[in-house]
Amino acid sequence: MTLPDDTGHFGRYGGTFVPEALRAALAELDEEFRVARQDPAFVAELADLQRNYAGRPTPLTVAKNFSKECGNATIYLKREDLYHTGAHKINNVLGQALLTKRMGKTRVIAETGAGQHGVATATAAALLGLECRVYMGELDTQRQALNVARMQLLGAEVCAVASGSRTLKDAMNQAMRDWVATVDNTHYLIGTVGGPHPFPYLVRELQRIISIEARQQFLDEHGGLPDWVVACVGGGSNAIGAFAEFIPEEQVGLLGIEAAGDGIETGRHAATIGGGRPGVLHGARTYILQDEDGQTIESHSVSAGLDYPGVGPEHAWLADTGRASYEPITDVEAMDAFRLLTRTEGIIPAIESSHAVAGARKLGLRLAQEEPTARPRILVCLSGRGDKDVATAFDWFGMAGKPDLTVGGLE
Amino acid sequence: MTTFTDPARLGISGKAINTCLEQGRAAFIGYLPVGYPDVSASLEAFKTLSECADLVEIGMPYSDPFLDGTVIQQATTRALMRGVRTRDAFRAAETVATCGKTPVVMTYWNLIEQYGPDSFARDLAAAGGAGVITPDLTPDEADEWIAATDAHGLDRIFLIAPSSTPERIAMTMAACRGWVYATSVMGVTGVRTTTSIAAPVIAGRAREIDPTLPVGIGLGIGNGDQAAEVASYADAAIVGSALVRCLPPEPVDIASGLAAMATLAAELADGVHRGRSQQLA
Repeated sequence: MTLPDDTGHFGRYGGTFVPEALRAALAELDEEFRVARQDPAFVAELADLQRNYAGRPTPLTVAKNFSKECGNATIYLKREDLYHTGAHKINNVLGQALLTKRMGKTRVIAETGAGQHGVATATAAALLGLECRVYMGELDTQRQALNVARMQLLGAEVCAVASGSRTLKDAMNQAMRDWVATVDNTHYLIGTVGGPHPFPYLVRELQRIISIEARQQFLDEHGGLPDWVVACVGGGSNAIGAFAEFIPEEQVGLLGIEAAGDGIETGRHAATIGGGRPGVLHGARTYILQDEDGQTIESHSVSAGLDYPGVGPEHAWLADTGRASYEPITDVEAMDAFRLLTRTEGIIPAIESSHAVAGARKLGLRLAQEEPTARPRILVCLSGRGDKDVATAFDWFGMAGKPDLTVGGLE
Repeated sequence: MTTFTDPARLGISGKAINTCLEQGRAAFIGYLPVGYPDVSASLEAFKTLSECADLVEIGMPYSDPFLDGTVIQQATTRALMRGVRTRDAFRAAETVATCGKTPVVMTYWNLIEQYGPDSFARDLAAAGGAGVITPDLTPDEADEWIAATDAHGLDRIFLIAPSSTPERIAMTMAACRGWVYATSVMGVTGVRTTTSIAAPVIAGRAREIDPTLPVGIGLGIGNGDQAAEVASYADAAIVGSALVRCLPPEPVDIASGLAAMATLAAELADGVHRGRSQQLA
């Protein structure tokens, strides 16, 4: 059986927990996408944008130096960090922006945490001539001022959301409020595999290109399939994209890495599957961080892109069925991996992706103990680049911002 | 405006609306969140509102109120900061029932899911509650909830919207017991300066598709004249944000807030009474 079912369920997860007012728009989107993906003109236009505008296919890099730190494993990096706007996000955005045009809508709205999805949405809106407003938690606009400016340069209006915890979940609430009042001319361009049906399905299909390419690159260049696929999971769109083509390949292990913040035991984390329980948030049933009554608990992570108290419903399903496993990586472990990959490979990963890098290293070291003769091949989805994170790294590593030496001045 | 005859469709809350219709007027449904400005002050507010409203809607504060405008967001955020719990809704229901009025709870779905749908229905019914309005739960996802409300004799009020297809209006009304909540505009809760031109249209569509169930109209009603206008074509007029706005953010100031709310509630009740005679005239 292919999932989700016709009503958007992955087992007990997913579904459509939204006000009746939005039902018609979700049904229209579902129908439009099903028609569009069979339409050669749509498929060709999207493929052209991905290739000639945004830069697909992305390379598969063997991280030879970094692998030396990972037991007997070889680490392969799927380089979404080299993609236009600096992350995998624009795979989804280009597809949904084309659907927006097909539906005859003239305006897109989006939520954003770190700002990557907001920047990607503003980019597609600029390209395709759509009006664009991005909702961003007020705290996040302060943490990510550079991305606020990028969105504004691209012509988007950025709206800071000062309600609730003033972060990503509140930005999503405000985007929903906008959408229910503007649905006639506006598409809500959700950035992850979360929210009500059809978004978890739609965004998965638009991100599937990551594993389509990676699988073929493995077969063509490295003779066979990887033993493991590792990706970070906030809402989980890069992970679903990296997993999708490998889900039927039972011999390939799937490992999602959640942000453990200060450690799950401290309560200050964003490990929804590892430290939450099933409930309904933002239109779908999935694992969420919540108190006894079902009030959402704020998440914590050094990575703004993983700092969300829910997760895509397909991940909840993959976790319950055991097809994928999910492990936590703390802020400290992620930042160590951030520095290690930067120093060994000359690749500065996004802090989000650094969680996957750390998880892959941990896996490699564990496998070396468990099966000393094995030579496992681990594919890591390097979902984004770390340029946006330099300020965080600056604070984290206590860098003074001073040059190491100065030469050439007058005495 | 006709009266309704099938007790199985009307349940408890529909019967209360029908009693008003038999008196030649629509019902006035007033909303307040439990726990604002704090739990005990909110219970006083429910008593005051019960003097004028026919049905009292008890809102449960939620951390992610994505269907609410600023007034209710701010009130429910304060209520949560002051520690309101799901079980406080049962105290509020008991308070309203003791005043002789009909309590219905309005809540985002996850709070019921976490309490346990059957336990929630059981405890609300035991407290004298008549039914529950579920703005983010449509009948499509409601199998467990329908079983729980049937088991404990509670009404379930789902929503319809101007964007609903005829098929969805029929399906939704068939799944309701009590009445159906028609949102008059595409948007979130909050007072609007003029009543929506879409409101009589959605009320008329609902009545044509299923004449066995009363139709309540909500979103945007803020004063007696607007209530009168809605009451001229709907079976019930629902008012929330305008009442909430009367209450003070600090519990210590509750007395003046209650007085202001009582004045508005009386004006709204008067409007609802006038609505029908305007129609006759």
